[in-house]
Amino acid sequence: MTTTARPPADLGTAEIAQKKWAKWQLYLGFVGFFLGLLMGLLQALDRMGFYLYKEAQLSSYYQGLTLHGVSMVFILTFAFGNAFLTLGVMRSLERPMASTMLVAASFWSAAIGVALAAWAILANQATVLYTMYSPLRPHVAFYIGAVLLVISTWIVLLNQLLTLRAWRKDHPGEPIPLLAFVSVVTYIMWFIASLGVAIEVLVFLIPWSLGLVQNTDPLLNRILFWFTGHPIVYFWLLPAYVSWYITVPKMVGGRLYSDGVVKGVFILFLLFSTPVGLHHQFTDPGVDEGLKLLHMLFTFAVFFPSLVTAFTLMAALEDGAKHNGGKGLVAWIRQLPWGNPSVVAQLFAMLGFVLGGVSGLINASATVNLVVHNTSFIPGHFHLTVGTAVALTIMGVSYWLVPYLTGKKLCCRRLAVAQSWLWFGGVMLFSRGLMAAGIEGQPRRVPVGLMTYAEESWKLWDIVTGIGGTLMVTSGTIFFIVIIGTLLRKKGSAGAVEFPIADTVYGPEQSPAILDRLGLWTAVSVVLILIAYVPVFVSHYYNFTSPGFVRW
Amino acid sequence: MATLKIEKWERWFLYASVVILVGFLVAILASIGEAGIHLPTDEGSLDPNKVAETPPFDNPGLRQTGDGAYEAVMVARTWQFTTGETDADGIPTITVPAGSEVTFIVTSGDVIHGLYIPQTDVNAMIIPGRVTKISQKFETPGEYTFLCHEFCGLANEQIGHHSMYGKVVVQP
Repeated sequence: MTTTARPPADLGTAEIAQKKWAKWQLYLGFVGFFLGLLMGLLQALDRMGFYLYKEAQLSSYYQGLTLHGVSMVFILTFAFGNAFLTLGVMRSLERPMASTMLVAASFWSAAIGVALAAWAILANQATVLYTMYSPLRPHVAFYIGAVLLVISTWIVLLNQLLTLRAWRKDHPGEPIPLLAFVSVVTYIMWFIASLGVAIEVLVFLIPWSLGLVQNTDPLLNRILFWFTGHPIVYFWLLPAYVSWYITVPKMVGGRLYSDGVVKGVFILFLLFSTPVGLHHQFTDPGVDEGLKLLHMLFTFAVFFPSLVTAFTLMAALEDGAKHNGGKGLVAWIRQLPWGNPSVVAQLFAMLGFVLGGVSGLINASATVNLVVHNTSFIPGHFHLTVGTAVALTIMGVSYWLVPYLTGKKLCCRRLAVAQSWLWFGGVMLFSRGLMAAGIEGQPRRVPVGLMTYAEESWKLWDIVTGIGGTLMVTSGTIFFIVIIGTLLRKKGSAGAVEFPIADTVYGPEQSPAILDRLGLWTAVSVVLILIAYVPVFVSHYYNFTSPGFVRW
Repeated sequence: MATLKIEKWERWFLYASVVILVGFLVAILASIGEAGIHLPTDEGSLDPNKVAETPPFDNPGLRQTGDGAYEAVMVARTWQFTTGETDADGIPTITVPAGSEVTFIVTSGDVIHGLYIPQTDVNAMIIPGRVTKISQKFETPGEYTFLCHEFCGLANEQIGHHSMYGKVVVQP
């Protein structure tokens, strides 16, 4: 596997143009991140007793919460995935994407989507939170914005597949390079998963919000939303896994154990990410208990590839540290490159994911979930997963990706390293506070400054949460200082920046050829989804009786 | 990487992963099958625009159905539960003697709400057009807060999702 970066002079015009669009896509994600941080600060302050929404010219906590959720989990994650896994395919196959027009189209689709959704939310026309549960009825611009964001991801997949087909024509019989494989499998998984929310919005919600049909079926919409709403967390997570598997071992001087194991892990995600949605609806009426348990079974199956990941990554880190002179059972950890901001961010991201994964298993456990469902335990959990494992990885990757795309040397490395420590310390307090208050009975999605039934036992934890959240926002602000400082530097100051790709101990030649049969795995994935969801849609009592409500 | 003996360790790690996951699954299934902790399931449908005319929701309130067994029929609307009974402050209440098994039968007349009683197994969504049914035994006397735990909008800072709650009063 080649690891030398080609100097910029060798780049063709198509590749230069495509990298420019990928760069703008990444910056679009940063805009979302910035908006999300601002709203996060208001929420942290509310926990500490300062309800400042009027002062911030917002109509309510819930309007800010909608903006926070949409910015973080639709805009930041989608835009980052679109940019990173487009560049990954280019790097891995050593050719530009098949179509420059499609790279540009993905950016514009996402950008217009962001503009429409942001307008609807800021104009107080869409205070429905990111779950947009009907029959709360937002302005149609919110739905169209969401659809355009999803379409931007479909365009990326189309371009990836066209590029892969062209590569296969030029390389008959060769195994698919690992980075391209995992990038494409991530997007195939997401495409299948996104069909649920696409049908929900295009077929049911848009005609209903335009008044073309009078009534909708809120439970059906929930089922379609969660068809997408669980696999979406893997669409957030897998770009981070791509980085952990492919780039981090290289950066710590280690090797990836096996090409085949990584391909197998991503195939398991393709198979088991989607037939699990009902585990978000354990407490819903109108859905059969047995079907909920079937989805729980698949949920436990999708936990398995993450356990494999934990082992494989740890082995790659140990390999690197021992290669650099590290010794002992755990003392080698000190030998990891703790001065490299990109590595440090992702080490903390992994650590956060261990706790996030364990707390996720609690939520997935049907009856245990009754203790925590819709309590503040849940945001405590997902700020460890998407809010740390994914967000810190995005920041860590950005620390080399921005220099890679701009040719500008990363500024303020020590500050960038400190930023990761601060985020991790912040989220430890933040999630601890939320989880403890949740177990004590505090519901999620409620401003503590306004709630009329607050319990004494929540108060201490609210302060802990507020302090942790403030530290996270401070850390996020430092991230922007580092990125802006970098962008102010001279072009070319970075020299030739490499897109790091780890070597493997067992390379693609040793992987079973069946792993590369993407069509086969996609077909198996569809069969599993049919097993999980046909009974749900057949037994569902279709009840289109709910008119829309605007109650904010 | 031979020095790490990775293959042997990885194999054991994978076995352990499977054993742990299967162990958890068995424990959860036992909590349903043996301990009898059930999830809300399909309990029927109705027209949310006609809640006020549809039995039993045309007459919300507490009914005794047997020795120590009660049904609490409730309707959730923005931003209040109707239980058929309120206390002096206008807070909706349900009053039962200690040791009662209460089956909550709830629906929504408008948007999605939730029904959650901290420190109990009562944790369910209330979806317009559907009937939520969930049971809980109250052994210890005292006041139990039940609250809406799904965002359902707001009128202003005083009234909204954040003010939607009531009390189960368990008398000695």
